[in-house]
Amino acid sequence: MADRDDKDLIGVATMNRRGLLKCMGWAGTGVVWGLSGGVPRTLGLIGEASAAEVKQAGLTFVQISDSHIGFHLPPNPDPRATLSEAIDKIKAMPKQPAFLVHTGDISHLSKEQEWDDADQVIKSANKQVFFLPGEHDVADADNGKAYLARYGKDTKGKGWYSFDMAGVHFIGLINVFEFQPGFKSAGLAKIGDEQLEWLEKDVAGRSASTPIVLMAHLPLWTIYEQWGWGTADAGRALGYLKRFGSVTVLNGHIHQIIQKVEGNVTFHTAASTAFPQPAPGTAPGPGPMKEVPAEELHKYLGVRTVNYVRGKGAPALIDSSLVA
Amino acid sequence: MAYWKIAVPLGALGLTALLFAAVLETPLAGKAAAQAAANAAAVRIDNFNFTPLTLVVAPGTTVTWTNADDTPHTVREKDGKFKSAALDTDDTFSQAFTAPGEYEYFCSIHPRMVGKIVVKPAGKSS
Repeated sequence: MADRDDKDLIGVATMNRRGLLKCMGWAGTGVVWGLSGGVPRTLGLIGEASAAEVKQAGLTFVQISDSHIGFHLPPNPDPRATLSEAIDKIKAMPKQPAFLVHTGDISHLSKEQEWDDADQVIKSANKQVFFLPGEHDVADADNGKAYLARYGKDTKGKGWYSFDMAGVHFIGLINVFEFQPGFKSAGLAKIGDEQLEWLEKDVAGRSASTPIVLMAHLPLWTIYEQWGWGTADAGRALGYLKRFGSVTVLNGHIHQIIQKVEGNVTFHTAASTAFPQPAPGTAPGPGPMKEVPAEELHKYLGVRTVNYVRGKGAPALIDSSLVA
Repeated sequence: MAYWKIAVPLGALGLTALLFAAVLETPLAGKAAAQAAANAAAVRIDNFNFTPLTLVVAPGTTVTWTNADDTPHTVREKDGKFKSAALDTDDTFSQAFTAPGEYEYFCSIHPRMVGKIVVKPAGKSS
């Protein structure tokens, strides 16, 4: 990418320090590198391998995630300010995105005031925004009623949806309602039968060359079961997408960038705009990394640009930190 | 097991309150109030755990959960018999237990977090 700025990429600052899978990928020229247990290895090529084609003249959109408006503790007493910085970064992009997606945990405690604040900041980007709920957005005593009343218009079931843009098929999955309580299981997220049946019908009959973007809050592969970082029935959803040449999965939830390639499917978790969480298993629990000093916080926060180029199946992804 | 340490004094307290109320022929409301004051128990939420994991209480006990974590949590009975809204740091949620039985609950934000309240009359062995 001509406009790529190395010092501006998330992961560079944290890679040596935490020795975690941190990588960057972009299509065409891109090789996805993983660093696992200190040993770098290629995970696979993305881009040319895909048979699919974006039919229109390309498409750029931006993913933001985990803004947690209402959080007020270290390392970020003011996530509204950092969300605002993320939006300013988007507004300053030379190639303006067609729209934004927010992959959940807009609010910290499912409060109207928190969503009001988030909406006020996000709307200054003057873009269409597609929202998905995180578990923090459905944490009211009425199991997500407030979120659905506010963000669930024009959606199916409990908030899921799909739409087409420039030849790319977008699917917004909800995996924050049907958790399996951890009495006899790991407490992973679930998509649920009703939504899976909808998904099967939604993609049936579409050409296998249609690029797919699958969005959900929790990761659609099990990153760390002990912390519930996975979706129990994700395999069934991905099964329905097996025949497609390019499937890009965008998640939030774990407040750090981890990527994985599996055949034609690339998985990408996103940075938060609020605070980082520890690498899997490196802390007693997955809570905020409160020890991060104020001057380093912005290295861990970021936005993601997804760029479909005409004639290429898989998109280029650029993760940019909020370091000015 | 850890919960017996808690169960025994609570049971004794409950029994004392009952006997005390009966002897003094306290009016019903007063009796209930005395019992409620005596029968209180606590669960602490910290570092993604409910402590104690299993709490045994006598019928009539009010259990109060306190979120001492820097992450919000909820308390939700598995069949929805009781549920809290999201508890921010230092927020509390209280629930009175009258019917004997076992109540399994979890945090709907972090469902791997589970706990259990066992309600049984004092003095009854398990």
